[in-house]
Amino acid sequence: MDADSAKMIGAGLAAIGAGIASLGVGNVFAKFLEGALRNPGAADGQQGRLFIGFAAAELLGLLSFVVAMILVFVA
Amino acid sequence: MAAEGKVDPMHQFTIEPMFGTDLWQVAGYNIAFTNSALWMAITTGVLFIFVLGGMKRQVIPGRWQMAVESMTGFVDNLLSANIGPAGKKYVPYVFSLFMFILFANFLGLLPLGLVGIHPFTFTSHFSATAVLAALSFSIVLIVGFWRHGFHFFSLFVPHGTPVWLMWLIPAIELVSFLVRPFSLALRLFVAMMAGHLLLEVLSGFVITGFNAGGIGPVVGVLSFLLMVGICALEILVAGIQAYVFALLTSLYINDAENLH
Repeated sequence: MDADSAKMIGAGLAAIGAGIASLGVGNVFAKFLEGALRNPGAADGQQGRLFIGFAAAELLGLLSFVVAMILVFVA
Repeated sequence: MAAEGKVDPMHQFTIEPMFGTDLWQVAGYNIAFTNSALWMAITTGVLFIFVLGGMKRQVIPGRWQMAVESMTGFVDNLLSANIGPAGKKYVPYVFSLFMFILFANFLGLLPLGLVGIHPFTFTSHFSATAVLAALSFSIVLIVGFWRHGFHFFSLFVPHGTPVWLMWLIPAIELVSFLVRPFSLALRLFVAMMAGHLLLEVLSGFVITGFNAGGIGPVVGVLSFLLMVGICALEILVAGIQAYVFALLTSLYINDAENLH
């Protein structure tokens, strides 16, 4: 296999990481909603933590996007 | 047209010198006034006008003053919730940061291409977001060392660390502290870049779909509908990313103010 096609396959494989990170982001919001419906009074105070969890989960997906971009355009 | 009408998704991120300033140089470095700098200036101008309109200090606020006050109140709440009373003095910085990123993201999404002006989202460039992140991180370092001196290093040893883990935990904490500016800058830059790339790729589908015969227009229409949805999502992402940037900045400043 030549290097160019290997790069493209690698970039495609990196997209799996973005997909799995979407599971993480969905999980963050699902659990928040689950907890918020049980105790709506406490939900508003926890929105900051919700977005911290969201940011942490999302970053890992974005990193796989960076890997794909580096493979396609830089490496 | 079908073959050569291909949309290059990366073209929107090219930085070009404007108004014939291509050759301006200082000490061998090119300092041309680029489209990135132009949109930064526009963002600053719009933000300035927005805040100026709310500075009338009427007892009964009008709509504009209400809008500005709700934004400052939002940042104020964010800081007092995360830092406590000591957070008051960071309101100007975090407010400017939040509004600058928010306005930059929104201005970059404006459909001005219809009238021939192409908005440039400078937050989709690592160099721009890295400067913002470095600013936040240096504020954390300066405040931390100013207030706590070398006691600031106790940040790397959380309360209740067992003695036999003393070799490992500080190393992990140090690494997690040092990647903060990178994660901060990378998140904003990649989220904005990925969104704009996605919109451009979908617009490419629409154009090639309508140019192709057979089932092509069906694909084009579906892509267009998806694109409208993604645009709405991008507006949400633009707001969330600005909020997350401000939120994480305030958390990091909290570490510097109060240790943990």
